[in-house]
Amino acid sequence: MCLFQFQSVMNYFPEEVLEHVFDFLTSHRDRNAVSLVCKSWCSVEQFSREKVFIGNCYAVNPERLIARFPRLRSLTLKGKPHFADFNLVPDGWGGHVYPWIEAMAKSGINLEELRLKRMVVSDESLELLAKSFPNFKSLVLVSCEGFTTDGLAAIASNCSCSAMLFVIQVFSCLYTQVVPLLVRGYCFSVVDDSIFHDRFLRELDLQENEVDDRKGQWLKCFPESCTSLVSLNFACLKGEVNVAALERLVARCPNLRSLRLNHTVPLEVLQKILVRAPQLSDLGTGSFTHDPDSETYIKLTNAMKNCHSIRSLSGFLDVNGRCLPAIYPICTNLTSLNLSYAPGIFSNELIKLICHCKKIERLWILDTIGDKGLGVVANTCKELQELRVFPSDLYGVGNTAVTEEGLVAISAGCPKLNSILYFCQQMTNAALITVAKNCPNFIRFRLCTLNPIVPDAATNQPLDEGFGAIVQSCKRLTRLSVSGLLTDQVFLYIGMYAEQLEMLSIAFAGDSDKGMLCVLNGCKKLKKLEIRDSPFGNMALLSDMGKYETMRSLWMSSCEVTLGGCKTLAEKMPRLNVEIINEAGEGDGEATYDNRHRVEKMYLYRTLVGPRKDAPDFVWTL
Amino acid sequence: METSVATELRLGLPGRDESEAKITSVSNKRSSSEMDDSCDPQQESVAPAQKAQVVGWPPVRSYRKNILQKKAESSSDGSAMFVKVSMDGAPYLRKIDLKFYMNYLDLLKALQNMFKCTIGVYSEREGYDGSEFAPTYEDKDGDWMLVGDVPWEMFVTSCKRMRIMKGSEARGLGCL
Repeated sequence: MCLFQFQSVMNYFPEEVLEHVFDFLTSHRDRNAVSLVCKSWCSVEQFSREKVFIGNCYAVNPERLIARFPRLRSLTLKGKPHFADFNLVPDGWGGHVYPWIEAMAKSGINLEELRLKRMVVSDESLELLAKSFPNFKSLVLVSCEGFTTDGLAAIASNCSCSAMLFVIQVFSCLYTQVVPLLVRGYCFSVVDDSIFHDRFLRELDLQENEVDDRKGQWLKCFPESCTSLVSLNFACLKGEVNVAALERLVARCPNLRSLRLNHTVPLEVLQKILVRAPQLSDLGTGSFTHDPDSETYIKLTNAMKNCHSIRSLSGFLDVNGRCLPAIYPICTNLTSLNLSYAPGIFSNELIKLICHCKKIERLWILDTIGDKGLGVVANTCKELQELRVFPSDLYGVGNTAVTEEGLVAISAGCPKLNSILYFCQQMTNAALITVAKNCPNFIRFRLCTLNPIVPDAATNQPLDEGFGAIVQSCKRLTRLSVSGLLTDQVFLYIGMYAEQLEMLSIAFAGDSDKGMLCVLNGCKKLKKLEIRDSPFGNMALLSDMGKYETMRSLWMSSCEVTLGGCKTLAEKMPRLNVEIINEAGEGDGEATYDNRHRVEKMYLYRTLVGPRKDAPDFVWTL
Repeated sequence: METSVATELRLGLPGRDESEAKITSVSNKRSSSEMDDSCDPQQESVAPAQKAQVVGWPPVRSYRKNILQKKAESSSDGSAMFVKVSMDGAPYLRKIDLKFYMNYLDLLKALQNMFKCTIGVYSEREGYDGSEFAPTYEDKDGDWMLVGDVPWEMFVTSCKRMRIMKGSEARGLGCL
């Protein structure tokens, strides 16, 4: 059957069938592709899509979202540019979630899940969220700011009001029934807890947010009738929580699978919690320090032995290395281990621990592990897929870091490795070439030398050849961060070989516009490009302006682009927002700078809705 | 190319000013010290103590930086957590890390275990009256104090060393 005939046949399928077929498409990329086929597919798809992903909150607006996807139940939104994580974006830049929540509340969207990254979330937004969506189940906030524990209290107590309303409605309609006894019996079964499970929060997941701790009692705000929690992560909160309320909450939530405590929760409380919740599969300990000879510690060890389901472990925010043996029994089955918040664990203790973790697939650690420790990882963790080694010495206390040796060992010992983030003291081309040969399966490769322009430690040459080998060997690479001394040559390689690359981070690299041009011309699938402190200017910026409409965003800071260049781009491309962040002369208008003025920070992105209306004074949309 | 001081490049580790001086002394950092000598001719003309910090490098989220900062501060903190513990009649002293323990109960249990003695229960009025031994400590002012009078956190930060006194001697302290 030729394509045309097939298409005609497909058009005779009733919409319900199409919708049912589309139900199997879970990835938003697949659904986006499907909606481009024809008008009827687009229509069926848009009215059936429940999960929407918006990678840049300023690319669309709430009204368009609601108009296109009225059956929306789950929304993921990302706000600030990635480099905001490293203090390159001033406070007040934007990324507010309130207008989104307000619009969805007004339009009666049945929101169940909200996932935000790098957005500004006010207590007002959380309060509005809590009272507007009776079926709200899941809130995930990553790297957000702007809220306090008062906002969390609103979320915790969220559905008790609407549940009460439901009870009242049920009662009032049933009391008009003819048979009072039957009615009363029916009421009891209706009032039975199980039907209210759906109306309570299932997930509250706070990852690395800046939260103002008002030392309130937000944990106590979970109503006694809330028994539906599946996931609770408050590891990033700085203040004390009511441990009695926490223990009671854990005791009454039999479906709790994931619990991550903050550093104020002491070890004895952890022990009590584990006794109540041996079904946990993901645990983040709070403080993990105690006298290993004490009864509490022995009780903890026993409780841990009983937790057969734990596959993911993190926390150790305050730790005494001598307490670590308590977790050895669960190490055997761990697939994910995050010790990167635990600078208190010494290298030898780390190594002893790792020896027990033969099934680890995801490992996040500090560079205190050393090259030797990485050698142990390479010999022990044959299932390892993702490794992140973070720097431990940002304040010059004199810790030693890892070098190229550790990376080579890992690449040789871990055949399934596909994702790496590696902060290191030094690197060599030879090492990178070996790594490329050992691991052709990298999807994400991020290397960060502590000195941003350090050359090859053995030859003093730039690291172009090493990264060149990586992109040539790893044909499925979608994310790359480069560092160290780099010339235009590395970008030649990237443009030539990195065909699947979607995100590229560049810092202190390159010699001329040619470098950036190679990337823009070569990487067909590029979505996000972020560049800092590199000598790329107007020539590269303006060479292929249409390219930016195929990308989500471009960030350039401390480069050579000028105001004139940015203005030209903004003029020619009305569907891009070209924003300049001007921190220095806030009082001066654009007019005081001439076109030759070098732009310190530029962020441009494609958008369907024109310049944003919430830009602060220091952000100029050209 | 005009660059602001914040982004001026210097070879060597970003970080505190002292870190540059440390590079040559730590043996593991062999390459970086070689680097400092050979790579950047400008380096000689720049005073070694002066080190420009690169904003946002290494690229680590502030959340993570704060955790490391807290740790750095506490480890360079003046009040040592390891304290010597002597017991009357014992041939040698022991050392314990006060950070192991969450409260007095845990500490006393550990001491009793370590020295095979009975210390008994603390009471505000009687001290450890009635027990064989009494735990005392020397505080920051050099005074010998009875363990248990002040809140745990205060004790941990002010305790310099400990001495487990024989009950008969300690009774004098307890009556005060």
